[in-house]
Amino acid sequence: MWAWLHRLASPKRFYRWSGTLARWAGWFSLLLGVSGLYYALLASPPDYQQGESVRIMYVHVPAAWLSMFIYMNIAAASLISLVWRIKVADMFAAASAPIGAWFTFLALVTGALWGKPMWGAWWIWDARLTAELILLFLYLGYIGLLSSIDERDTAARAAAVLALVGVVNIPIIHYSVEWWSTLHQGATVTKFEKPSLPWSMLRPLLLMSLSATLFYIMVAMRQARAELLSRETDSSWVRELVAGQLGSGSR
Amino acid sequence: MSLLRAGSALLRRDLSLAMRQRGQWLNPLLFFVLVVALFPLGLNPDPNLLRTIAPGVIWVGALLAAMLSLETLFRSDFDDGSLEQMALTSHPLALLVLAKSMAHWLVSGLPLLLMAPLLALLLNLESHAVLILLTTLALGTPLLSLIGGIGVALTVGLRRGGVLLSLLVLPLYVPVLIFAAGAVGNAQAGMAVTGQLAFLGALLALAIALAPLATAAALRISLD
Repeated sequence: MWAWLHRLASPKRFYRWSGTLARWAGWFSLLLGVSGLYYALLASPPDYQQGESVRIMYVHVPAAWLSMFIYMNIAAASLISLVWRIKVADMFAAASAPIGAWFTFLALVTGALWGKPMWGAWWIWDARLTAELILLFLYLGYIGLLSSIDERDTAARAAAVLALVGVVNIPIIHYSVEWWSTLHQGATVTKFEKPSLPWSMLRPLLLMSLSATLFYIMVAMRQARAELLSRETDSSWVRELVAGQLGSGSR
Repeated sequence: MSLLRAGSALLRRDLSLAMRQRGQWLNPLLFFVLVVALFPLGLNPDPNLLRTIAPGVIWVGALLAAMLSLETLFRSDFDDGSLEQMALTSHPLALLVLAKSMAHWLVSGLPLLLMAPLLALLLNLESHAVLILLTTLALGTPLLSLIGGIGVALTVGLRRGGVLLSLLVLPLYVPVLIFAAGAVGNAQAGMAVTGQLAFLGALLALAIALAPLATAAALRISLD
């Protein structure tokens, strides 16, 4: 089992299977995304209280889900890279970070767009919005640290430590912010009642979330592959690969 | 040399170094006073307003002052190579880091604590709220040194780590700020503060246990 996993994580093997994975993830993301958009925009009812603006949810919730999911991925990859010194995990974490930051940003923007008709304000210091804002800062700090250390391996290890510190802190930050906002606003009216979402709304939500997750996997894998190629330029398998590509191109 | 003696020797060394460079502890302290004094000028000197914003202003000032002094935690030791020697000793680096963090707190956190009653006076804080403010500072400022140590350890090898350091560390300071300023606010409103103080204490215990480990790991990476 371990030997098998290790072999999968060797750069050459990784390059091969990640290409296939990225391709399939991309196509499925497109497929699910198109059908999700159809259900989200056309084939689902407007909310009886929120009207048509409830449709922002179908972008907002996947973005918010991914903003957290990607950070967890970065933390997991960081742990793997620190403990087992697997380089591919570094590249995956580094590739994930900008995507995660963008999804966090998207969640904040759609949250603001949703907030305007619902709460009458672009921004309120709601617990979830605030926690998401701090998550964005965590991402930016991670990216900043990663890009400011020149030596790639050192940068990756330092960023990995930061990601692990961050992941320990995320629940603490989350609960402190939640607690702070309930203290300031009393019983919060902004909380969106969600437990009994009807199937007609749940279906596009699930489709869109899955599509966005697959999209993330595709982009992260493609980025990691590009990074891998640029780092391993001098290794024999990359040379063979390039030679093969050139050969097939000239034919 | 036993671990305990090594730790206390390190603590004494850091303290005497700080005493000889007065700016190291005096400048953040002056910064703290200045930042807090700017708020009444920027808003207006209405006593009620000042009283409402006092907990947040004093604590934000403390966070920023702590940020300013963080660099001194490892910078000079990194530059002259003594940090490398510490990493090479037979003692666990995490415990040496803990001793250094404690020295840093004594130099940069404790003065804030002593200065706080004066600032509370400037901002019209009632006396029982001042007591809670001091308690939160006593529990919270060591946290700032411990958490900040991780950020410094990650950026100490960089030539311009200052701005990056604030980006790394300030988000991690958010819970401390929320609980500490919340406790003082509650005290002003005559509500219970034990919850927030308990949280701060729990965070401090957690940070004492974990932060030195992360700092030591980050230092080893920076020293590579």
